Amino acid sequence: MHEKKTPDIRSNIISGIFFGIGLMALIDEIIFHQILQWHHFYDHSTPFIGILSDGLLNAFALFAVVLGLFMFADLNRRERRHASTWVASFFIGLGGFQLFDGIVNHKLLQIHQVRYGVEILPYDLAWNITGALLLSIGIVLMIRARKQRQAG
Amino acid sequence: MMHSHMNHANFAALEIAVGIIAAVALCLYLSAMLISNRKYSKWKASRYFWWVLGIIFAASALSGPLAELSHDNFIAHMVGHLLLGMLAPLLIVFSRPMMLLMRTLPVQTAKRVSHLLNSRYVKFITNPTAAAILNIGGLYLLYMTDLFTLMHTSLWLYALVHLHVFLAGYLFTISIIYTDITTHRYSFIYRGIVLVLALGFHKVLSKLIYAHPPGSILKTEAETGAMLMYYGGDIIDLMLIIILCYQWYRSTAPKPGKARPI
Repeated sequence: MHEKKTPDIRSNIISGIFFGIGLMALIDEIIFHQILQWHHFYDHSTPFIGILSDGLLNAFALFAVVLGLFMFADLNRRERRHASTWVASFFIGLGGFQLFDGIVNHKLLQIHQVRYGVEILPYDLAWNITGALLLSIGIVLMIRARKQRQAG
Repeated sequence: MMHSHMNHANFAALEIAVGIIAAVALCLYLSAMLISNRKYSKWKASRYFWWVLGIIFAASALSGPLAELSHDNFIAHMVGHLLLGMLAPLLIVFSRPMMLLMRTLPVQTAKRVSHLLNSRYVKFITNPTAAAILNIGGLYLLYMTDLFTLMHTSLWLYALVHLHVFLAGYLFTISIIYTDITTHRYSFIYRGIVLVLALGFHKVLSKLIYAHPPGSILKTEAETGAMLMYYGGDIIDLMLIIILCYQWYRSTAPKPGKARPI
């Protein structure tokens, strides 16, 4: 048998966050743009900076979901995975993207709204509270993962 | 119809020329394969398959029914551009034409080609940043200036623009994916960042086309074409991303990989 390898914490965090960001971007695209069609492809009042920010963010998210998975496979093959740290990072990625999308992209840069033709406030609140909740779960899990690492 | 009243150049000559070039390309690769097989280990037949697909996709953008339609229909135009500038280059890179060329050429000529590949000029244009600017920057010029309208009035300009779209797409692909002979290599992270930026600006351009269509294209056609550019670009760039990350995954494999029990 081989000796137990020390987990590579930094790579676990990057891999988890990347996969979380990428997955949330995919959910956003598939559910809200394609299936529900709440989000619009282009909102005619969008300023250029909004289009730029959205384009770069979504391009990064597409890259992140793939790289996050390959990094995870790499950690597995090296036996340097730390499951609880990875899951915590994954939630931080999910919530971080959702919150960034909800506050910066939807509100500050006005790329598009969550839904059109309705009272927007409840949708914005639901969107951002979900994001904040996911992010908080991630942070709590990360603190517990850290304690677990220090204990083990 | 995007501009029924517009003066079109006569594209028949170009269509014939492209057909001949494609046929020659298919034959040349096949004979190069046969020559290579006499000197070296057998050249994989699957590479010929990628070559044939790549050449057919590239040619279909400029010759045949899709090309004909694309003069008047922006959606067909965009399908053609996705094939010519993104999918065909990717397929052709996987047929490894440079490697086959080096195997086939006489030693002296191969040395000269190798010298060229190591030159400063090639080093400059195969830097991912330069390749991305030539590729995506060229598209901005095409769709955000009058070039798009002008191109349809001149056969030479039309041919030149499309040659650029194909070559720049090919250059960008080989600057990101190292499958064929690659003389100047850059790190995975650098190529990853450039790929993300290039994809980001490709997305931005498709939204700008959606908002401000070039020439006199109908609004509905421009919107469908722009969304096709956005999502079609996503699919092909996703392939590039997966290949790039897979190559990273293989290159960082722990060294005594084979000896380890699973």
